Amino acid sequence: MRRWIRELVPPVVGIAVLIAVWAMIAAVTTTPSIPSPAQVWTALREGIADGSIPEATWKTLLRLAFSFLAALVIGTGIGLLLAASEPVRRGVRPIVVALLTTPFVAWVPLAVIWFGVTERAVVFVAVAGSFPAVAIATLQAIRQVPPLYVRAGRTLGATGWDLQRSIVFPAALPAYMVGVQQAWGFAWKALMAGELIVPASGATGLGHLLDRSGDVASILAVVAVIAVIGVAVDYFVVGTIDRRIRARRGLLTTT
Amino acid sequence: MSRAAIATRDEPAGAPTPPTISLRRVTMTRVRPTGEHVVAFEDLTFDVERGEFLCLIGPSGCGKTSTLSVIAGLERPTSGEVLVDARPVSGPGPDRAVLFQEPALFPWLSVRGNVDLALRFAGVPDAERDERAATWIARMGIEGSAALQPHELSTGMRQRAALARALACDPPILLGDEPFGALDALARERLQDIVQRVRVERAGRTTFVFATHNVREAVLLADRVLVMSAAPGTLLEEFRIDAPRPRTLDDVLVARVVSEIHDLLIGEVEEP
Repeated sequence: MRRWIRELVPPVVGIAVLIAVWAMIAAVTTTPSIPSPAQVWTALREGIADGSIPEATWKTLLRLAFSFLAALVIGTGIGLLLAASEPVRRGVRPIVVALLTTPFVAWVPLAVIWFGVTERAVVFVAVAGSFPAVAIATLQAIRQVPPLYVRAGRTLGATGWDLQRSIVFPAALPAYMVGVQQAWGFAWKALMAGELIVPASGATGLGHLLDRSGDVASILAVVAVIAVIGVAVDYFVVGTIDRRIRARRGLLTTT
Repeated sequence: MSRAAIATRDEPAGAPTPPTISLRRVTMTRVRPTGEHVVAFEDLTFDVERGEFLCLIGPSGCGKTSTLSVIAGLERPTSGEVLVDARPVSGPGPDRAVLFQEPALFPWLSVRGNVDLALRFAGVPDAERDERAATWIARMGIEGSAALQPHELSTGMRQRAALARALACDPPILLGDEPFGALDALARERLQDIVQRVRVERAGRTTFVFATHNVREAVLLADRVLVMSAAPGTLLEEFRIDAPRPRTLDDVLVARVVSEIHDLLIGEVEEP
């Protein structure tokens, strides 16, 4: 119980301060482009009541899950290839790094030309924006495996695929998870950019909603939902897996 | 054989069995990232007989670890020949178990999981693995910790788990690279007792080669101690220790050999 209080109080105070500052700014300015927290709260409740926000959230999460899963598969595959072969690494790594540093929005025109103004274009942007991070994370994780474990494995008689599967991959897992955590953030941002810019007809998503919202309060309500999802997925999904792996190995610093 | 290169204090007993490990004029040169060549050890020639417990001792940086590394097959010597059972060593294998200075347990597996994985690598059938793992974990006196992860154990317990993992596979050769170097005095003594016991139990079945910089440890454990010079390591002297086991540091013979080796090493370290 006490641990929960210790963990919960600081972020709650942080958010309260943010809202207080925002409320003060909204109070002293009279422009309608800075709505008060209360107005945004009302817009949020209306959005939830008329079903637009829940539907958009659900569609967006589905797209996110699909895109990120695809990015994990593609990125991990490429990362393993890079780790396995020196010539491949020399030849392909610069390309992957170039993709990694490419801003997500740069993919939008290409996505629209290839896939049209469709759902697939949005997913393409999200995958293209996140798989390079997974690939580089996989490569780094495997290269950082402590040589001691590999040496121990080899002296125990592990060779070839068995050595990779039983020693190298599990040893690389904590570093890989750090990369996955970063890559999911990329996927999320790229997906939002894709949804916002590609106005796929009939498609709904938080990004689309952002584009269609008429007033600032509704836009901010959607931004709040996006932010909350970001924190929730990061902490409860990716973070939980990461903490489990680290706790099992005694890598968690207990505070 | 070129035993003439080594000053022998006691005549070696006749050896009818062929040596399990033979090093023939083995030299290892390393290239530093700066391009500088460093000789780790030079012109090492010695045999280890089946069932013998050999300790390599010498000042830090004399190439003990590198010597074990070439026997383990983790590294290749620059020149010379390393033979195990008359066959050149081409790589590491489960016939030569290694205890590293750090316990080298896999942190994602429990103690039992570590031993089980080693048994699987060694090709032990599924049905036998559970029992063998449990037996060796119990023999090391850590049965209460079998389900724990390595980080939950003390360093001494971890090294015992590593010993269980190594011995469970019934290796003909056990190599130890200063395996007790990082332990506190009590844990070290406990491990030395265990290894002495294992040496007696497995007499003639397992050949031991341990590197250490601890003279007492070497004399307690070994049938024969090879003293290496400061870098680049060469063989200085050989001591045979015939004291009965289990030995203690109070044994007169043990104490005498300890002081002799000690004097020799002091001279080696102080030489310019």
